[in-house]
Amino acid sequence: MFSIKKSWWKILGVLLTAYALLGGLLMEVPRLAILNETIRNLYYHVTMWFGMIILLTGSLVYSLRYLSSKNEHFDIRAEAYAKAGCLFGVLGIVTGMVWARYTWGEFWSGDPKQNASAIALLIYFAYFILRSSFEDPQQRSRISAVYNIFAYFAMIPLLFILPRLTDSMHPGNGGNPGFNYFDLDGKLRMIFYPAIIGWTLMGVWFASIKIRIQDIRLTQDL
Amino acid sequence: MKKLLFVLLLTLSLQAAAQDEKYQVTEGDYTNQRVEMADTMRQSGKIYVVVAVVMTIFAGMVIYLVRLDKKVTKLEDELTEAKQD
Repeated sequence: MFSIKKSWWKILGVLLTAYALLGGLLMEVPRLAILNETIRNLYYHVTMWFGMIILLTGSLVYSLRYLSSKNEHFDIRAEAYAKAGCLFGVLGIVTGMVWARYTWGEFWSGDPKQNASAIALLIYFAYFILRSSFEDPQQRSRISAVYNIFAYFAMIPLLFILPRLTDSMHPGNGGNPGFNYFDLDGKLRMIFYPAIIGWTLMGVWFASIKIRIQDIRLTQDL
Repeated sequence: MKKLLFVLLLTLSLQAAAQDEKYQVTEGDYTNQRVEMADTMRQSGKIYVVVAVVMTIFAGMVIYLVRLDKKVTKLEDELTEAKQD
């Protein structure tokens, strides 16, 4: 049965995402050279990455909880959050490529952030392949939980440290006009933060449906 | 807990170290007319067509998601009923 107590976060997610989609197109943005209207991608492309990080952090937490409890339900959650996170990651990389085509001239120009995020995603794809290669469920859960922890801590330097050691062409890096993620303009922040929360909640919703189906399978011994 | 706090502070200090390159958005960035934006699209009002399309697609996806969610809920309810019998 529908209950507001259980579903409030889904409604909040839909409302915040709708607000971000609308406001992202309609609200005033700074008029910056090179970026022009594409600064609005902050509300769409950049939020994908923030959503991905939050979802993958959730996946990491569940992998850790699985290892400390050996409860299969935690493993199901770790996989579902990793999948939702990677969906956002793929959308982030594709939308980034579209933007790069019209701003940098090429879909792929070997920008440090582009390369690093592609490697991070490949590491996570290996997680799903690894999962599918085990017959024994306990072995699968245990080894993939360990791998998931490795994947997360491989992703952190790839996304946050390595690109900063060189000059990225991304806005806000290496003297390019743009914005620093943590020092955004007030008007941009008004949509950017709700967009992150909204999309993250949508991601949690995607994951929750998968989790519930998998939970049924597990309890029914299917 | 101490370890977590240490990691958090370490992350924050990384942020501080990376702050020298930031670009500050000013009021002038909102008012200048030098940089070309989609002003014509906004003046003619056609931007609202795009907004309508985007919202329709989003609404459709949400409706689909809600229905899928309900189906799973129904399945869960059926299973708990079957267990009680």
